[in-house]
Amino acid sequence: MSPEIVSEKHVRHIALLSRLECSDPEIRKFAGDLNAILGYVEKLKEIDTDAIEPTTHALRLTNVFREDVVRPSLTNAQALSNAPEAEAGHFKVPPIIQES
Amino acid sequence: MAELHELTIHEAASGLRAGEFSSEELTRAVLDRIERVEPRVQAYIAVDADRALAMAREADERLRAEGESAPALCGIPLALKDNLCTTDFPTTCASKILRDFRPPYDAHVVERLRAAGAVLLGKTNMDEFAMGSSTENSGLHPTANPWDLERIPGGSSGGSAAAVAACEALGALGSDTGGSIRQPAALCGVVGMKPTYGRVSRYGLVAFGSSLDQIGPITRDVEDCAILLDAISGHDERDSTSAPVDVPDFRSFLNQDVRGMKIGIPKEYFAEGMDAEVARAMDESRTAFESLGAELVDVSLPHTDYAVATYYLVATAEASSNLARYDGAQYGHRAEGTENIIDMFSRTRREGFGDEVKRRIMLGTYVLSAGFYDAYYLKALKVRTLIKRDFERAYEKVDAILTPTSPTPAFRKGEKMDDPLHMYLSDIYTISTNLAGIPGVSVPAAVSTDGLPIGLQLMAPNFEEGRLLRAAHAFEREAQVHATLARL
Repeated sequence: MSPEIVSEKHVRHIALLSRLECSDPEIRKFAGDLNAILGYVEKLKEIDTDAIEPTTHALRLTNVFREDVVRPSLTNAQALSNAPEAEAGHFKVPPIIQES
Repeated sequence: MAELHELTIHEAASGLRAGEFSSEELTRAVLDRIERVEPRVQAYIAVDADRALAMAREADERLRAEGESAPALCGIPLALKDNLCTTDFPTTCASKILRDFRPPYDAHVVERLRAAGAVLLGKTNMDEFAMGSSTENSGLHPTANPWDLERIPGGSSGGSAAAVAACEALGALGSDTGGSIRQPAALCGVVGMKPTYGRVSRYGLVAFGSSLDQIGPITRDVEDCAILLDAISGHDERDSTSAPVDVPDFRSFLNQDVRGMKIGIPKEYFAEGMDAEVARAMDESRTAFESLGAELVDVSLPHTDYAVATYYLVATAEASSNLARYDGAQYGHRAEGTENIIDMFSRTRREGFGDEVKRRIMLGTYVLSAGFYDAYYLKALKVRTLIKRDFERAYEKVDAILTPTSPTPAFRKGEKMDDPLHMYLSDIYTISTNLAGIPGVSVPAAVSTDGLPIGLQLMAPNFEEGRLLRAAHAFEREAQVHATLARL
């Protein structure tokens, strides 16, 4: 058994943040998996990185700018062509703000 | 002469120009082959025979009109990994969440192949969203290794590698985030290259780990690798991480010798956990390079042992952010009958994603969440700096680095599915190049006593793909392993 780094309760919170509905057995399974993987990555603590700069990208890239001019882009019909539900040229989704 | 479907790209290109056969005949031969072996291999998610034949006829007209000056890929039947956007095929990433998604635009590399007159046969299977090392995580169906149908083809570009190894395409494109081109190429006995980060535009490649992903060729030999790399490389302003650097003629690096080339052997890669047959293949490869006049030099990449841990923090963090877009609002699957938007997001993602994708989204969300960011994500980015420096130091002494591609030949289906961590460790030799950004290529090195291919990996400094092709081609001509085809 791996040591518990994250509790099932915490994994439930992570699932909510991730917008992933999970059953109780799934939460238990993912908690086990996450603890095994997090147990493995603990080895990074062996390395002293206090004076090391982080690398976010392999190439040294700076901001890339272009002229602020309108260019051809997807039409409304193309943008909506895969929409699960659309109405009046817009994507349609279930209520976001509900009356209480 | 070999049967038409068994030709390499360069052999077929010569045959087309000499008028020995047409692209339509070649394409028909490959489609026949697909029909014969695909029920056993299942390399593809979608094949469109009518469209492919129409493209072939167009290519034949172009070959007649342009003759020798037609692009090398004109009339050549190729396959695309199903995370490359195509307007004429759905692009599913082997995920139920994108099952019917039809992109309104082509990926940059797809535009390039179309412009070159290539025949696009179809889209190949993969681990869902490129997360996996065996193609068993496909949300649609598994793919078999053409050398042994009971075994996995590697992953995540397992469909592309299996299609090329089974002669169901003359070449293919894959994507590589931690070894997803090179590892399946090794396990299927074909050539696979991950170019330098920024060499090939990622425009239209469905993002997994944006600072790691790169598109590259999977081919039967090194010359074909150079031809495909020529076609897809170069700056594209639609990908702001695409590098504005010159692209050499990659074929000019072929047929050169490696006399005097300094090839580093990193001791950390030969430490433990390597299969005995892989170790023997590496011994033979070293001897082959020495006999070709290369100088082998011991080097050290001291942070190698931390690469897998670093990778799984960086890649999952980036994935959790990239995959936030699959929420059922604009495209893809949407759960039915939900009452509010959070409910719709959570149920759509529950129904649409497989377990490995969920696991990685949760891990990534965790390491980026308040209170854990410094301990995990930031720590990993700092170790990434050290891994990158290891290579910079090594390249002060050597021109290229030689390692195995994978610690074992192809494993059996199901063997590692219950143990995610064990599966992650099958990428142990390929992951560092993605973290460092450098190019790497896998070339067939040997066939094991069980009849399974074994690959070697060569790595070089940034934008030195030409050096990789030079060394890989010299080795290929010496070893002649690539000429052996899987028997199906």
